Amino acid sequence: MEPTFLLAAIAKPDLITFIAAALIVIGGAFGVITSRNPVHSALSLVLTMFGIAVLFIEQDAQFLAAVQVIVYAGAIVVLFLFVIMLLGVDRREVFGRESLRAQRPLAAAAGVIALGEVLLLARTTWATGAHAVNGPVGNSYDNVQRIAAEVFSTYLLPFEATAVLLVIAVLAAVYLARRLVTANAEEENSEEVEGKAVER
Amino acid sequence: MSVPGSWYLILAAVLFSLGIIGVLVRRNVIVMFMCIEMMLNAVNLTFVTFARMLGDIAGQVLVFFVLVVAAAEVVVGLGIIVSIFRRRLGATADDLHILKG
Repeated sequence: MEPTFLLAAIAKPDLITFIAAALIVIGGAFGVITSRNPVHSALSLVLTMFGIAVLFIEQDAQFLAAVQVIVYAGAIVVLFLFVIMLLGVDRREVFGRESLRAQRPLAAAAGVIALGEVLLLARTTWATGAHAVNGPVGNSYDNVQRIAAEVFSTYLLPFEATAVLLVIAVLAAVYLARRLVTANAEEENSEEVEGKAVER
Repeated sequence: MSVPGSWYLILAAVLFSLGIIGVLVRRNVIVMFMCIEMMLNAVNLTFVTFARMLGDIAGQVLVFFVLVVAAAEVVVGLGIIVSIFRRRLGATADDLHILKG
């Protein structure tokens, strides 16, 4: 059942692309974890996102690769950078002082155990392996059409639900920002009043 | 013959584990958030790989929904982080114990 994966049997361009993208992904992930400056972590995150996008293209998911670059690298990471730079939270993390003793080795051990569990489960149990009924992935010419046909027919209700979710998220963001602006203004006003009272 | 799907799955598992380690090790709230995004990306890669292996477009559609939900999550999460920083609390998760009873 298990086919023998000989390196020679894999097409050379595919193999080279996969190895390069995998190195980019893993390197970016290490950069996110180990960078002391959050800005460097965000830039490493861009690296990981681009590597994932390359892997998407290699697996005939052209539409998702474009969306990945636009949404993740173009919007989400920029949002991270805006928050980091506007709030001035780019001061370096104090690595020496920890409130939890031996947190770092325990966390690393937990991560390795999680990886082992995932690989073990993947080795022992597959769900069914049966092909679903939603139709094939398609090639680079009709990938977008197939996704669109599924989204607007089978998954129409979840699609509408995501629209509602996005509206709710926008409202929540505006509400969080506005309320705190007014609260800060009131605090500043009260401080000014107190200062004037002290001056008098 | 293209690269076998199990290689992609192993890569996704490694990336997910790195995300777990990052969330557990780092104390900067924003970096922890980035690690959560990394874990979401690992799962997306798994979905796309299974979509190719099983010949089923539903995996890619699901990734599309995950992307939308991740965008909404980032907007709300960063809004909460901004509101916490506006109150001049520290940059690390250990300083955030205002919900403690």
